[in-house]
Amino acid sequence: MSRKSIVPFGPQHPVFPEPLQLRLVMEDEKVIEALPAIGYVHRGLEKLVEKKDFLQIAFLVERICGICSFIHAQTYCQGIEDLMKIDVPPRAKYLRVIWGEVHRIHSHLLWLGLLADSFGFENYFMQAWRTREAILDIMERTAGGRVMLGTCCVGGVRKDINEQMLGEVLRTLDKVQKDLDNIIVGVTKDYSVRQRTVGVGKVTAEQAQTLGAVGPVAKATGIARDHRTTGYAAYGELGFEPITETAGDCYARTIVRVRELSQSIDLVRKAIKNIPSGPIFTAVKGNPEGETISRAEQPRGEVFYYIKANGTKNLERLRVRTPTFANIPILLMMLPGCDLSDVPVITLSIDPCISCTER
Amino acid sequence: MLPNTKEIVVENLLAEVGAIVPQGYRFVTMTCVDVGEQFDIIYHFDKNYNLYNLRLKLAKGGSLPSISPIFFAALLVENEIKDLFGVNVTGLAIDYEGRFLLSEGAPVAPQSKPCTPGVGMQVQQKKLEGN
Repeated sequence: MSRKSIVPFGPQHPVFPEPLQLRLVMEDEKVIEALPAIGYVHRGLEKLVEKKDFLQIAFLVERICGICSFIHAQTYCQGIEDLMKIDVPPRAKYLRVIWGEVHRIHSHLLWLGLLADSFGFENYFMQAWRTREAILDIMERTAGGRVMLGTCCVGGVRKDINEQMLGEVLRTLDKVQKDLDNIIVGVTKDYSVRQRTVGVGKVTAEQAQTLGAVGPVAKATGIARDHRTTGYAAYGELGFEPITETAGDCYARTIVRVRELSQSIDLVRKAIKNIPSGPIFTAVKGNPEGETISRAEQPRGEVFYYIKANGTKNLERLRVRTPTFANIPILLMMLPGCDLSDVPVITLSIDPCISCTER
Repeated sequence: MLPNTKEIVVENLLAEVGAIVPQGYRFVTMTCVDVGEQFDIIYHFDKNYNLYNLRLKLAKGGSLPSISPIFFAALLVENEIKDLFGVNVTGLAIDYEGRFLLSEGAPVAPQSKPCTPGVGMQVQQKKLEGN
């Protein structure tokens, strides 16, 4: 006879990189319902916009997330530039693409390592993170910081990358691509990876659409939605096409991210090949007024910024909806029916970023 | 003013949101802005990268019906707004009762203006004194 029980999964759990609790209603070893509990790292960053200068907020929003920090700053700056009708120099737009895609590579590699760790594949974890080190080195050498770059600002970027350094970035990416070729073999051929991910945590495109899923979670169900398609920054000149899979399970989400790694390398190569010369910054005069929405594609999916300004140096309201926040409802749909041992793999397959979610 | 925005009243909210479903829109999020005597509540929906917004004014102390029975994904942001602004959202699919982001003893409705800094600390202090 089956017996129902509630298992508090987290907030501190070996496979979770950040504090998240899932209250799992179990029937023996099967999950029949999941309820998320967050709030462990809520910092109230949105409130700070009332105290800080709008130019400082570009650095503040980078601190929302330690993984996709650059794209937070980029999305915010694009919103303010829209409000203030600032024309960003073309070179700055290309530099934003380069740093944004380098961030995506580092985020996906970090995630891949964590996923491997979640099912005990330690070698794979180390291989992914070793490759990621080369990407962090690129960020350090081009911007000075390994994760928080601080290069994006309202009006453009604060640092240029010279020709010699762009050449070094290309050479490093060649090495990273070789490593990725081995990593991809691990994902597609390895028995353990397939055993733990194929058919696990499956959702349909209809469920993903209804529950507002974004990023690789939606793309793994066949939904070709990616904000880079809209051509913001310099993406319109680089010929971008979203990567999709159709199975909708943990394996499909893994394949989407692994293929995006190579795609991001190609985008950086194209951006370096086509980057125009010229200024990297447009001077900002006055204060923003009005309201706008800015969206961009982070490694985890669409990020949404609502900005309301009143003509003073302090914003009236900044609202950030991060991709993990949008992917929690679909996670609640993936978990019922799975075994307890699959909960870490399914949860990590949405690439949860709790610091982002709680802000 | 946001483009592609329809001004509605709270009484028509569920009917307006219900009318969006068959058009294939995806729920993106909600935004709550404290504009003094009332809240500006904006619902954001997306179709093919185009946003469609519904905007309503809600008097402080008024009730806001939850759209989570129509768009389940809205339940998290509705609970967040309930926590951070003190908006009384009714009919939530899952109601965290003000404990979604905030814990016991945290400031009450910290993003509502005027915010009362340290309220939570005072409450906690009183509890400690009571013990």
